[in-house]
Amino acid sequence: MIRKSMMKLGVTTALGATLAVTSGVFAQQKEMKVVPCDGGEPVTVAGFETGERLSEDKAQKLADTLMEGWLARQDPAVAVAWVRERDAAATNAEPSQAQSMQSTDINPRDLVLWEKEVGREIAYGDKLFHDDKLIGGLEGVSCAMCHPNASNTHPETYPKFQLQLKRSALLRDMINWCIENPVRGPKLAADDPKMRALEAYILAQRKGVPLEYGKH
Amino acid sequence: MNPLRWEKRLNAFVAEREAWFAGLRDAGKTLEGRRRFMKLAAAAAGVAAGSSVLPHSFQLVNVVGASTDSQGAGARQAFSFAYISDSHLYAKTVNERFVNRVQRAIDDVNALVPQPDFVLYGGDIAQLGQKDELMLGAELLRQLKAPVKMMVGEHDWFLDMGDLWKSLWGPPYYSFDHKGVHFVTLMSVNEKDFWTEKKLTPMERMGIVAGLDDGRQSRFEVGDEEREWLARDLAKVPKTTPVVVFSHSPLYKYYRDWNFWTEDAEQVQALLAPFETVTVIHGHTHQVLTNRIGNIHFHGMLSTAWPWPYAPTGLPPLTVQMSRIDPFNEADGLGDGGFSTSAGGRGDKQYNLWNRNPMTVSARYLASNGAVDTPPAPPFKSY
Ligand SMILES: [Fe+2]
Ligand SMILES: [Fe+2]
Repeated sequence: MIRKSMMKLGVTTALGATLAVTSGVFAQQKEMKVVPCDGGEPVTVAGFETGERLSEDKAQKLADTLMEGWLARQDPAVAVAWVRERDAAATNAEPSQAQSMQSTDINPRDLVLWEKEVGREIAYGDKLFHDDKLIGGLEGVSCAMCHPNASNTHPETYPKFQLQLKRSALLRDMINWCIENPVRGPKLAADDPKMRALEAYILAQRKGVPLEYGKH
Repeated sequence: MNPLRWEKRLNAFVAEREAWFAGLRDAGKTLEGRRRFMKLAAAAAGVAAGSSVLPHSFQLVNVVGASTDSQGAGARQAFSFAYISDSHLYAKTVNERFVNRVQRAIDDVNALVPQPDFVLYGGDIAQLGQKDELMLGAELLRQLKAPVKMMVGEHDWFLDMGDLWKSLWGPPYYSFDHKGVHFVTLMSVNEKDFWTEKKLTPMERMGIVAGLDDGRQSRFEVGDEEREWLARDLAKVPKTTPVVVFSHSPLYKYYRDWNFWTEDAEQVQALLAPFETVTVIHGHTHQVLTNRIGNIHFHGMLSTAWPWPYAPTGLPPLTVQMSRIDPFNEADGLGDGGFSTSAGGRGDKQYNLWNRNPMTVSARYLASNGAVDTPPAPPFKSY
């Protein structure tokens, strides 16, 4: 399953990205250079005629070579995890219905990229949390002054009825309350990148704590 | 329920609660509120503390009558001192709230009858060690009628490594004797150099130290030189003389990540261990905090600027927490307080929590390892 889709991905990218250029230059030499999708070392396909459609056999070989190259460039831990997952997938003859319904497969490289991206948002939130100037505070009072490491923010207890706000409150309502009152800054819109980052940072500090909405 | 009826009921409920919060705020400001604090301080002279409880006391900490410790009533006299700590002043133009809170503490202390023998200032008078911050602090504290014993905190120190602080208040560590008690003030917030190698500016260094959860700094320590001085100072003192030590950081290991911590705490404790009666009063933690190690009793001080949550681990088991802070109740968890020594040299620690009933942690409570005189448990514990 994974092997097949990686093959398709490799060939499509390779042909799409390089065929137009290489067919003119390398036509007489009867070979094609294929650049892998991450921009690594190109792979040469010999015995290639202009306008030729690669046989399944040749395409598979090309995809395998591209994969070997990609794996060699990865962090060893990622490479090992990938190979393990690929081999496990190969032993499943028929994909389950759930798997075949998925639009894409998740590979370890995805996980690394996604974690980095989420980490970027958390790091931005960390900065905002520790510097009131970045959220428009007027009196030198930052979030971290009362909440070191986001302690006592208890995001796991929302939504809950907040008497003083006279409504069922979400974490973002309390963030805004703190920004407007102790911090003395302007309220943030719910989808403001700063609000999203602050929520991300606060939630990340409570990893593993059970959700307990409504707790007082 | 009919939505209209629900809304009506909700509004009535909110109105009732708002009235209660307004009452609570007044209690902190009015004469009646002050009177409670004065009664508590007067308990030191043997007068029982009044137990005035505000309405809706479910959220309040009740007054504990100060202990009437009769042991060791000898040549030593009973006396009390007040404390104000951790005001974290910015310039007046930046943050007036913090200035007003110092003023509130000064008014509290000046209203005490009889006046305390002196006032301990527990450190962190400035937020970023700036000249205008330290000068503002000095100007405000000059209003105090009783003499001031000054202690330094990390927020006062790490911009110019104490130059201005020392020019205003003198040496950062010293000792004195008062009514049969030997007092020592320590400078416990030294940090091993983390700035030279990184080529940090003084302001960058100050900013890092000012961040409680900023792991780029070193841990607090008293340090070799000062510990040698302490050993020499204590060598002159008979082991039966009560010793009271002031330090900004707790002189034990509570929570490393926030510097609720002194790296050489064990070595300092070893110097204090031979004395029969030792009490350590510290700042920095901005919360009601109680500990006992051997013969040493430890008490934290309240801040006037902002309260700190209890650390996720390491809380000493003898600590009865102050109630979880209500962010809508301005100045909740803040305040000032005092310490009153019986004639025996042990003392009761008072926390004058603004907007709540005051709290006393008595020497009897600590001496009995929590068996008697236990302060009431808070209605809401930390998350
Ligand atoms: Fe402080
Ligand atoms: Fe401090």
